[in-house]
Amino acid sequence: MKFGVVVFPGSNCDHDAWYAVSRNLGREAVMIWHDSEDLCGADAIILPGGFSYGDYLRCGAIAKFSPVMRAVKRFARDGGLVIGICNGFQILVESGLLPGALIRNKNLRFICRTVELETCTADSPFTSMGRKGQILRIPIAHGEGCYVADERTLDELEAEDRVVFRYVDNPNGSLRDIAGILSQERNVMGMMPHPERASDPLMGSCDGLVIFQSMAAAFAASKK
Amino acid sequence: MSAITPEVIEAHQLTPEEYQKIVSILGREPTYTELGIFSVMWSEHCSYKSSRLHLRKLPTRSRLVVQGPGENAGIIDIGDGYAIAFKIESHNHPSFIEPFQGAATGVGGILRDIFTMGARPIAVMDALRFGPLDDPETGARNRRILTGVVAGIAHYGNCFGVPTVGGECVFEKSYSGNPLVNVFALGVFKKSEIFYARASGVGNPVIYVGAKTGKDGIHGASMASAEFTEESKQKRPNVQVGDPFMEKLLLEACLEAMQTGAIVGIQDMGAAGLTCSTCEMGSRGNVGIEIDLQYVPQRESGMTPYEIMLSESQERMLLVAEKGREQEVFGVFRKWGLDAVTIGVVTGDGMLRVKDHGAVVAEIPNRPLADEAPLYNRPYTRPYRTAPMDPPAGWDAARDWTEALKTVLASGDVCSKRWIWEQYDYQVRTNTLEGPGGDAAIVRIKETGASIAMALDGNGRYCHLDPREGTKLMVAECCRNLSAVGALPVAATNNLNFGNPERPEIMAQIVEAIEGMAEACAFFETPITGGNVSLYNETLGEPVYPSPVLGIVGLMKTQAPVGIHFRNPGRTVMLIGGLGSTDSLRMGGTQFAKAVLKAEWGLPPALDMEYEKRAQAAVREIVSAGWAESSHDLSDGGLAVALAESSFGPGGIGARIELESDLSPAALLFHEGPSRVLISTAEPERVEEIARRHGVEAPRIGVTEANRLSIACGGAFLANASAADLRAVWENGLEKLLHG
Repeated sequence: MKFGVVVFPGSNCDHDAWYAVSRNLGREAVMIWHDSEDLCGADAIILPGGFSYGDYLRCGAIAKFSPVMRAVKRFARDGGLVIGICNGFQILVESGLLPGALIRNKNLRFICRTVELETCTADSPFTSMGRKGQILRIPIAHGEGCYVADERTLDELEAEDRVVFRYVDNPNGSLRDIAGILSQERNVMGMMPHPERASDPLMGSCDGLVIFQSMAAAFAASKK
Repeated sequence: MSAITPEVIEAHQLTPEEYQKIVSILGREPTYTELGIFSVMWSEHCSYKSSRLHLRKLPTRSRLVVQGPGENAGIIDIGDGYAIAFKIESHNHPSFIEPFQGAATGVGGILRDIFTMGARPIAVMDALRFGPLDDPETGARNRRILTGVVAGIAHYGNCFGVPTVGGECVFEKSYSGNPLVNVFALGVFKKSEIFYARASGVGNPVIYVGAKTGKDGIHGASMASAEFTEESKQKRPNVQVGDPFMEKLLLEACLEAMQTGAIVGIQDMGAAGLTCSTCEMGSRGNVGIEIDLQYVPQRESGMTPYEIMLSESQERMLLVAEKGREQEVFGVFRKWGLDAVTIGVVTGDGMLRVKDHGAVVAEIPNRPLADEAPLYNRPYTRPYRTAPMDPPAGWDAARDWTEALKTVLASGDVCSKRWIWEQYDYQVRTNTLEGPGGDAAIVRIKETGASIAMALDGNGRYCHLDPREGTKLMVAECCRNLSAVGALPVAATNNLNFGNPERPEIMAQIVEAIEGMAEACAFFETPITGGNVSLYNETLGEPVYPSPVLGIVGLMKTQAPVGIHFRNPGRTVMLIGGLGSTDSLRMGGTQFAKAVLKAEWGLPPALDMEYEKRAQAAVREIVSAGWAESSHDLSDGGLAVALAESSFGPGGIGARIELESDLSPAALLFHEGPSRVLISTAEPERVEEIARRHGVEAPRIGVTEANRLSIACGGAFLANASAADLRAVWENGLEKLLHG
């Protein structure tokens, strides 16, 4: 299985994601340049954290027009696994692959902190190796991570079991403590916390690795 | 073209004698543009004209030093074919005038110094000094400056993608009119891929890359070389505006372009912008550089040669490429969407020749411009000080020591700085083994099995009381911070923040501090590989405390770090280095004196460098061998604060401490005598064996226990509180000062 990590101008967690899946997880991983629709044969796509295109205008608002996102949308439509982390999550909502929006943290400041996440569903290709109710310790690092959506969308997300992670102690004001959500088809996930920062014992937590392991397992299952 | 009158010369902060030197170098009167060029290159900021004679006293070499002072950053060999580049730089003046952008561009400038050498920045730290947040007169402004500076650092570092892994923040009245913002950055690269800021190869193209040139920051370097007055607020347009996204692109493009092998030399455009980069690259390479300003990418039309040469617009670099291989370089910059334009050529005549549409507007020999600024051996007398020698009456009178401890824990200097560092992304790049809040930050090098520990230290209060001893204590503490995590200190970078050197009592502070630093850095084998001098830190004649700041880097094996917190109950608490000694004179610089007595007097703590070195060697051995479960150096607030901070871990493990000492309770709890590290261990005999071998005291002073911290002496409780209560006071200290 091959992971593809998209590199936008201003991505700065691209190498971290690459390191987590290639070194900590031990899978093949390639970098995908934003300016091309060629996904380099990747079997799963990671939209990494950072400040794509400087996050000018609005976080993720310019990235959605990049050539690579046209390819990522097609890839997602065809059932491919896509995970958006932090800025990647912002790009996914801007691109319409996930509902809602991410706005300034409630305290109006950037927050870097390790938080506890409740795994709300194990019924997804991103959490199948975990279990429902499992608490994961994973860092956040964002200024605009407050998840918002209209009530109907939030109800729908909950009714369809698409809230994948909730904050145990909400750091940023996200509605209903939402930290990560799934697309309707469950093959696209966005989350503000950084699992790639919790994939190495030396970094203090390996709880994030379960997400990449689940993706690898889901891909393997799809090939059977 | 303006005529050059004595008023114009004075407005450029050049003395009549300096002007005469310019005339003799040129053999004629300078043009207005040339005068501007000389004025920035010969400014205090760029030329170090008041400090250079004394800076020569500093040790700069060791077996590991690859590059000492004089380049964009110092370089140390870390083994396995890798090296690190690191340096500290100040952005004090801009941060006072415009805190957010001033601090942001301070980060941007030092990051460029690192990656212009080919190193990828992997860590940033900041030393910050502000006026008291609760000062009735200046508190509101101090709070605004702190908030702006922190947001500016966060904005730039977070977006750029470099972790801000540590630092320190101190409050003193003397910084109310002149805050200090010193930023340290460190990068890593292969030893075989170092780039220098040297032009060479006559006929090679000189290429400008990065952001366009605008009118911002003109005379920033000169502004940084003068005292503040009431009019200084009008200098806001002199502060540059930073774009961290542009810098991130510049980083990636430069590192990629370097891989083509077509780049000969490269330097960032920082202070004095295009002027500094052209003449310094030429001077270092013993060549001339000729540029034509018509090719310089410009943000607006109608800029004069004077403005283009003196602009300090951010995120720009100058490089020299191999003739005929320009397209390889252009290709990389095009990929990253950046301007890259040939603006000139390397010549053989040693001149900086600036043309505008073919007409020569400046023609100056590089070497005298870049390296032969006038040097001043400014007169000095006795260091300026405002504190008395004698302690206030009753300074050690009996009081509620638990309350005193809480007062110290809640004070600005000692309280938790979480509110600040949580705004910094301290983990990006997934190398941060130990982030903010420990004694030293630890960043692993993924490419090798090594990690780099780093710490920033400075103590303006100590240096105010005695610049020489205060500076030596700073070096000792900075090294101790590294030893406490098990790292061997190997090299340093310094930032010297002082007032007006033209005042003999300020110059005396500078001389004594540098001499103290030279002595201690030589003794602890931490050569100074580069740094920065920031003078004229005065507002309306009120100087800042003499504030040398030191960044030291240390080497260690990559392994799970030993933190400062007690981890398990029932462990033996030991004090490597012993309880130490003090007297009333040497209590006057302590946090106890400052926070509880609101007083300052006497002298800083006494330092025995031989003993300090042995104590540190013992601690390094204990920690590296894995015998310490926790390790925390004693500094601000002394033993009581170190014990409290060790009790603030997630497990809430405190300690029952029982001391035997003749010292008064105030001295015993709060004296700040150096050479001491607090550890907890399950192997006290092994620790004792190591301490004995190094000739260092290591008394067992108590046992860790859940939830409480109690300190008794001779059987009587001095302080006794729940760890959670103490922690709450300490955690909320800064926010309370900020928001009341």
